[in-house]
Amino acid sequence: MTSTVDTTVEPRPGRAPSGLVAVGRAPGWVRYALLAAGLAVALWLPNGLYPAVAVDILCWALFAVAVDLLLGFTGLMSFGHAAYWGTSAYVTGLVAINAGVPFPVAVLAGALAAAVLAVPIGYLAVKRTGIYFAMVTLAFAQMVYFVANEWRSVTRGENGLQGVPRELFGLDLTDEYYFYYAALPIVLAGLAAAWRIVHSPFGRVLVGIRDNPARARALGYPVHRYKLTAFVLSAFLAGLGGGLFAIGHRLVALDTLHWTTSGKAVIVVVLGGIGTLWGGLLGAAVLVRLEDWLSFSGFEAVGLVTGGIFVLVVLLFRRGLWGSVAALVQRRWPTRRN
Amino acid sequence: MTGQAVLSVRGLTRDFRGFRAVDGVDLDIAPESVHALVGPNGAGKTTLFNLLTGFLRPSGGRIELAGRDVTGLPPEQVARLGVARSFQITSLFPQLSAREHVELALQSPSGLGWRFWRSAKLMRRYAERADELLAMVGLADLAEAPADALAYGRKRALELAIALALDPKVLLLDEPTAGMGLEDVDRTVELIAWVRRGRTVVLVEHNMSVVGRLADRVTVLQAGKVLVEGPYEQVRADERVITAYLGSADVSGSH
Ligand SMILES: Nc1ncnc2c1ncn2[C@@H]1O[C@H](COP(=O)(O)OP(=O)(O)OP(=O)(O)O)[C@@H](O)[C@H]1O
Ligand SMILES: [Mg+2]
Repeated sequence: MTSTVDTTVEPRPGRAPSGLVAVGRAPGWVRYALLAAGLAVALWLPNGLYPAVAVDILCWALFAVAVDLLLGFTGLMSFGHAAYWGTSAYVTGLVAINAGVPFPVAVLAGALAAAVLAVPIGYLAVKRTGIYFAMVTLAFAQMVYFVANEWRSVTRGENGLQGVPRELFGLDLTDEYYFYYAALPIVLAGLAAAWRIVHSPFGRVLVGIRDNPARARALGYPVHRYKLTAFVLSAFLAGLGGGLFAIGHRLVALDTLHWTTSGKAVIVVVLGGIGTLWGGLLGAAVLVRLEDWLSFSGFEAVGLVTGGIFVLVVLLFRRGLWGSVAALVQRRWPTRRN
Repeated sequence: MTGQAVLSVRGLTRDFRGFRAVDGVDLDIAPESVHALVGPNGAGKTTLFNLLTGFLRPSGGRIELAGRDVTGLPPEQVARLGVARSFQITSLFPQLSAREHVELALQSPSGLGWRFWRSAKLMRRYAERADELLAMVGLADLAEAPADALAYGRKRALELAIALALDPKVLLLDEPTAGMGLEDVDRTVELIAWVRRGRTVVLVEHNMSVVGRLADRVTVLQAGKVLVEGPYEQVRADERVITAYLGSADVSGSH
């Protein structure tokens, strides 16, 4: 004789599985083989692509993984992550120009600035969920954009910061090919950090919060504080990507803070597969490569094609590129868990 | 009695858009007792639980836990003070395994949940205790199964294991035997009889034979108000209770 009454505080069942760390359930050799293959591709990349495009892929991969940490593993869709990517880009650029420190130090300063900015914004945003969370993050990102636009003495407005140096103990990194290998360790460290977070006790709590926040609270977990911590960590990782992007392009333009940049990050995650972590790498590689190819061949409506592909992936491969592959792996090795 | 009660409630009220679901409830739960809350559908039992655990804010009244005012505290803080609850509508983490659920509950007071730089393998230190608890509720063989894949009765059992993992002073169980077969009901009753030692249990239950076997005291709620309170035998025989249930077969205690 259970009630048909559904009080609003009775938690609802979580959403459908998203291929969460499905590869983590595959046998050890599969995982090591994937890791080795991934590293091999990362080391080869600037030999097969224009090195500048390869650097962009690295930065966007990190950005996407940061967004997926929130979207896929905490259940929060940020539509304002350009604020952290762009803020870090500006801070990295300013530090590199004015302090003459090695570029990884400038990038670290940028990422820390992004994390600091994420504290007050996250504090207010995590009290909302779903579309309201997305709106709050978007609204704050727009504020950051307008501040950057008005504060010309620092950001140089439309012109952007020009001549961002690539200092690294006097090494000559002007060639994009060599810069790629200088940037790679930072990106790998960021990806390793994201992997560690997802596979930590903290990450386990995040998944619980994503699937059933009321249950998590009844277990004694302060849900808002966990979400805020995830938000700040995500902003830091997005900041690492944004800082490297600034060094890679040697300039910082206002569009690093534009809402379309936030949107592109979400698209990359969806393309790669929400809640897969590594999907962001695939999504970034596909989207950045495609955009470069389209603009190189003089195609005008780049957004039309990328948008079309996005729609196709959403309709045909709902788990995204990585998620679809992971689902196959899961079907092959269904029960193994580690 | 307020002085010695573990949980003491005065004038507790909750309105939903003008509808009063809980209406001036006074309640004292004696330490280490099993206290049953019964009443017809919609009497306000679950709402009362939600008020006691911070999931709803009272519109009026006061809640004390061991003499401390906990009115309006958020759920995670109430949980940290040693109050665990199960949910009437089964409430689990669909993608996590049964063992992971219990590990999460065991880990909760330790602060391990903040270690984002450590491996989740650290949680294996709880695996042994988790398996013990799962065995207690009859889920030993299903430790690896995702919660999604468990049958309904098994999910109820997992709810109980999670609540036990928190090792609470006060355990609030919202219809722990609902939807279970007779065998599972018996096991659950035995289990509650076992875990009540050293604890206080508040139990919402429609099955009067379960109430009879477990409860020291019974409070009958009707339309948000306390109708009767007393020992099981006395409440069972009360005219007003029988009228409230309209002679429902449940009240006679037969099954
Ligand atoms: N969030 C809510 N919003 C509006 N009304 C609610 C809400 N929660 C409960 N109610 C109402 O409050 C009353 C009490 O509901 P409650 O779930 O507490 O009853 P119950 O005693 O647990 O019943 P059951 O035995 O069926 O579980 C019901 O009339 C219900 O419709
Ligand atoms: Mg109820």
